[in-house]
Amino acid sequence: MSREGQAPGRSQAGPHPLGGSTDVRVGRGASMILPRDRGNPLLRYIALGVVAVVMLYPLLWLIGASFKGNAEIFTEIGVWPSRFDFTAYAKGWKTSTEYTFATYFLNSFLITVPRIIVTVISCVLVAYAFARFEFWGKKFLFSIMVGTMMLPLIILRLPQYLMFKELGWLDTYVPLILPSAFATDTFFVFMLVQFLRGIPRDMEEAAQIDGCNALQLLWHIIVPLLKPAIISVIVFQFIWTMNDFMGPLIYLSTVEKYPVSLALKMSIGATEEVEWASVIAISVVALIPSVGVFFLAQRHFIEGATSSGVKG
Amino acid sequence: MYENKRLGFLFVLPFVLGVLGFKLFPFVMSFALSFTQYDVINPPEFIGMENYKELFGADPLFRKSLGVTMLFALLAVPMRVGFALFIAHVLNFKMRGINFFRSAFYLPSILGGSIAVAVLWRFIFSQKGLVNLVLAKFGIEPISWLADEHFSMWTIVLLFTWQFGSAMVIFLAALQNVPISLYEAAEIDGASKRQQFFRITVPLITPVIFFNIIMQMVHAFQEFNGPYMITEGGPLQSTYVLALYIYDQSFRFFNLGYGAALSWVLFALVALMSGISFWSSKYWVFYSGEKEQKR
Repeated sequence: MSREGQAPGRSQAGPHPLGGSTDVRVGRGASMILPRDRGNPLLRYIALGVVAVVMLYPLLWLIGASFKGNAEIFTEIGVWPSRFDFTAYAKGWKTSTEYTFATYFLNSFLITVPRIIVTVISCVLVAYAFARFEFWGKKFLFSIMVGTMMLPLIILRLPQYLMFKELGWLDTYVPLILPSAFATDTFFVFMLVQFLRGIPRDMEEAAQIDGCNALQLLWHIIVPLLKPAIISVIVFQFIWTMNDFMGPLIYLSTVEKYPVSLALKMSIGATEEVEWASVIAISVVALIPSVGVFFLAQRHFIEGATSSGVKG
Repeated sequence: MYENKRLGFLFVLPFVLGVLGFKLFPFVMSFALSFTQYDVINPPEFIGMENYKELFGADPLFRKSLGVTMLFALLAVPMRVGFALFIAHVLNFKMRGINFFRSAFYLPSILGGSIAVAVLWRFIFSQKGLVNLVLAKFGIEPISWLADEHFSMWTIVLLFTWQFGSAMVIFLAALQNVPISLYEAAEIDGASKRQQFFRITVPLITPVIFFNIIMQMVHAFQEFNGPYMITEGGPLQSTYVLALYIYDQSFRFFNLGYGAALSWVLFALVALMSGISFWSSKYWVFYSGEKEQKR
């Protein structure tokens, strides 16, 4: 492989296109080189502790509140309930509709799982092209990709709705999944490209000499090396799709097909007098998959977010 | 093989199709729609600049909504970015429990976009919710967070600020690239902690500050879930952000042409604010690669 072939990719890996130096530690196991603590450690811990309590107390309090029953919720400031009452969970799970939250969770997974699969496949392919290949219009396409990350998605909602309406796909999961099969979640492409640029090409060169073709290279060399970044993609896409509200709100109209996010909205909008205990209980349940995935994969995934330097 | 242009293009093809079909085409289409009157049932009718004329000339709700959106962004973006920078700075030391704190601060930023959190937030800020319970402990009268137009904005701004974690991890990565020797030298020269922060840390990571401001601004101008679920745009439209107005016009009242015009105004606003930031960046953003040029 010629030096010229490598040069553009390498030189772009230096300064971030948007000016950050965030891609410096893209490689695996980014080491933490931190300064020694020269300040007062006690002061630091107190400051961090206070912020952590203020930030997490609402979440903890709500978990506690979900066991408290309607009366105690509005008077008790502590986390621990005086007695554990599961009726709110039972009631919330059953919902006021003819379906239980089992249906809504299943629906959420029916959207999320296929979407993750097509996202990973399309984004890895495209990132591989951007990070390794030379082709006509590469620079232009790459800047379009970075540009679309800054494009307010809300402007596209209405025309996309009309497109899917024209195609007869309203009230199906297709509009929620199909765009991701075309690497439209450019944040992930960007993240994978940044990660790939940090990986030396020696192994690929060796495999090429051994007669691997591009797809074999991708499958046997690139994908295993990309594993931490792919895990980040899976985790992010899982949480964001579970969180997605506006998409289902626009495209789905049959209650039977609602994901968790829409069902939650219904539970609060159905009656004037909100039955807070069960709404809170079910909100807590709704957060469990995301929190679980977060804690399972947090190491990979905070690093993935850091190395790409995008998204909030 | 990597010089094989056709092969490279083959791999990038899904993205090209995706951009054309799901980004560029809708983008152009929404621009075209903004010059029409369209209610889905009847075919769109070209009306020229009428939508824009009405927007800027005869729509007080638009003006209100525009002001609310600007106010939200002006409060929420500096608070989120500022907080993220401050916490990253405090966290950027060798210490026990750093991973715990990092995760604790990061968690809200990934949950914050969910409807469940919006529901919980609405409850926390309700008349008898947690916030008022805590205030009562300090002898402060309960505040009608959701019903008083002077306070409603703060509930969604606080929700936005609460999710500072993603900006924080980006700052943390940047802070690790600031050479320790600079602090040590400053220490010897007798610089205080505050001076070290403002004279060393901040100038060296301005590119990342700039990057975070731009990205968070794009998010803030599109904020939807919070105002939709927590305050429902009210009271008295005090949290009726443009995203909500666009949604109502497009998907509730089916004034698609008007909705498209509104979303183009939002787009222009984001572009304008980004443009201003880019323009101003040459005065305050310092790229270490440019050291020799001494601008």
